[in-house]
Amino acid sequence: MLLAEQILNGAEFGIMLFLLAAGLTLVFGIMGLINLAHGSLYMIGAFAAAWAGNATGSFLAALLAGMAAAAVIGMAVEAAVLRRLYARDHLDQVVATFGLILFFNEAATLLFGRQPLFAPMPPWLAGSVELLPGVPYPAYRLAIIAVGLLVALALYLLVAQTRLGMLIRAGNSDREMVRALGVDIGLIYTLVFGLGALLAGLAGVMAGPLFSVQVGMGEQVLILTFVVIIIGGIGSVRGAFVGALLVGMVDTLTRAFLPGLLKTMLSTSDADAVGSGVSSMAVYLLMAAILLWRPRGLFPSHG
Amino acid sequence: MGTGMKAFGAVALAMGLACHAFAADPVRIGMITTLSGPGGYLGEEVRDGFQLAIDQEAGKLGGVPVAVEVEDDGLKPGAAKDIAQRMLDGEHIKLMTGIIFSNVAGAVVPDILDAGAFYVSPNAAPSSFAGKDCNKNYFVVAWQNDALHEAAGQYAENLGYKKMFILAPNYQAGKDALGGFKRTYKGEIAGEIYTKLDQSDFAPELAQIRDAKPDAVFQFEPGGLGITFLKQYVQAGLMATIPMVVSSPSMDARTLGAVGDAALGVQVASHWNSDFDNPANRQFVAAYEAKFHRTPTYYAAMGYDTARLIGSALQATGGDVGRADAFRAALRKADFPSVRGSFRFGANQHPIEDWFALKVVKGADGKPILQTVGTIYKDRGDAYAAECKL
Repeated sequence: MLLAEQILNGAEFGIMLFLLAAGLTLVFGIMGLINLAHGSLYMIGAFAAAWAGNATGSFLAALLAGMAAAAVIGMAVEAAVLRRLYARDHLDQVVATFGLILFFNEAATLLFGRQPLFAPMPPWLAGSVELLPGVPYPAYRLAIIAVGLLVALALYLLVAQTRLGMLIRAGNSDREMVRALGVDIGLIYTLVFGLGALLAGLAGVMAGPLFSVQVGMGEQVLILTFVVIIIGGIGSVRGAFVGALLVGMVDTLTRAFLPGLLKTMLSTSDADAVGSGVSSMAVYLLMAAILLWRPRGLFPSHG
Repeated sequence: MGTGMKAFGAVALAMGLACHAFAADPVRIGMITTLSGPGGYLGEEVRDGFQLAIDQEAGKLGGVPVAVEVEDDGLKPGAAKDIAQRMLDGEHIKLMTGIIFSNVAGAVVPDILDAGAFYVSPNAAPSSFAGKDCNKNYFVVAWQNDALHEAAGQYAENLGYKKMFILAPNYQAGKDALGGFKRTYKGEIAGEIYTKLDQSDFAPELAQIRDAKPDAVFQFEPGGLGITFLKQYVQAGLMATIPMVVSSPSMDARTLGAVGDAALGVQVASHWNSDFDNPANRQFVAAYEAKFHRTPTYYAAMGYDTARLIGSALQATGGDVGRADAFRAALRKADFPSVRGSFRFGANQHPIEDWFALKVVKGADGKPILQTVGTIYKDRGDAYAAECKL
């Protein structure tokens, strides 16, 4: 019973990570750009949604505002700053996008202040659903799982079935050849970046009622997001999906069950210390193990 | 800079009008506090409360002109040490205050005391400076860190909870919190979890809480962690069945604004609340709300009390911090009306004060507020005072 609930928790956390990782992996894979400021787009989505939600009282308005703000600001940043970085090495990109993090954090502080914002929960998702008898599960978390699966399906169709998807895959494999064939690769870059920003914004909107909406919230999830795309294979949306679910499951299940399991072998205080230590490392151990087995991640894209 | 200029202007005015013998230079006070990052609002509140006391006296404290130099430590002990060094060696500041976080205080306070300066803490009060390593120039206005969790433990005891589930982040303050809670709570501990400091999803812990079926939960998840935890606690449907007891850092006016109705019913142990009905507090809350358009948190109240305590000692010594013995004796008297009502220093120069039971209820305008519902302790000091030989 508890196990079923924890598996759902793991899936929900994984889906949340997937929304962030999908955009990041596309940008990293196709443009070769390490974008540390991806977490800032998530924060922008959350702040814009909280602001619009409080102003209008409508969750739909919050959703639209969050996604639109993240996508528009994302594309503006791509055009103004990141475009200059594609040809440069990764260290320059890291420094520049780290600068963007500082910029966005300060901007959010100036606009909204230092205290965390209130993000309203849509009333029709506030309750809980009894999936198994005796285990009420929050409807909002189920909604996140549903939205995440829909996004995964839509992304799959986009990448595998559409002309834009074909160009994205081509750009992923061989950027220069696509350019040589006369495709406006700059436009594709902006669109892909906007799509990634849109998904990060969506994650931010959905995170609002669940997490604390505050300056610096993006950096908290950024590291796990990078773990996800490295496990999944850089550039692969499928890899991001599988990686995110793996990370979500491993993180949740070790936190939930490892201390209890260790208590059957060690004394209580030792088990607590070892358990919480190992469970916070578990995700990184998973990454190390997968990289030993498949150095380019689970679903390496060609290039 | 703005603060400095304002204070300077006030000083110039004071010199022109009064021409006191000591009015030649304002007493300079160094404030190192946390103004950036997720914990930035805490330092902002302390600074604003402190500045309010100065503004109410038009640039003076206790009738003595003061100039406050505020610096942001960014929650980095190393950066705070550098700032302290500059203030102490470069500018010969003799009176410091402001630190929010105990790990910063642990790094900086010894430097300040070694330089022979005074440190008056508005918040951080680690156990390391409260027992045998107490110092004659070190005063804490707020509390001793353990005391607030001991009060929460006693509150849970008073509420008749037989079986508690307790959790806190896996770092020193988190361990101190659960340790302090267990010192006064005598019932059964149904479960004890240390969470990660950067955790954003508490679903696994919530499932364990549901499974353990405790009478109530005690959590010390400060700042954003607490907001996240509360939101998810309510969504999991736990608030209706398993009540929650927290100590004041987990629930202040700002947290309340971010959590909203989800916080209704949370029971808080605190040494101060905005609804305290004493003259000092009534005028403080009214003045703070008029100036900053928000309900003060206890951080602001402690910033204000710190300034007024310093003011009382400046008044008694005519503003001469250099006469350290006289200044120290005056501080020790705590001769000022605290916004808490009852307040004095114990043997280790930490507070002896009352602790109160608060509850989050719907206010007159429908927004949740913290309401004082009872007393937990009268005249309580801390567990370390006996070890301090001053």
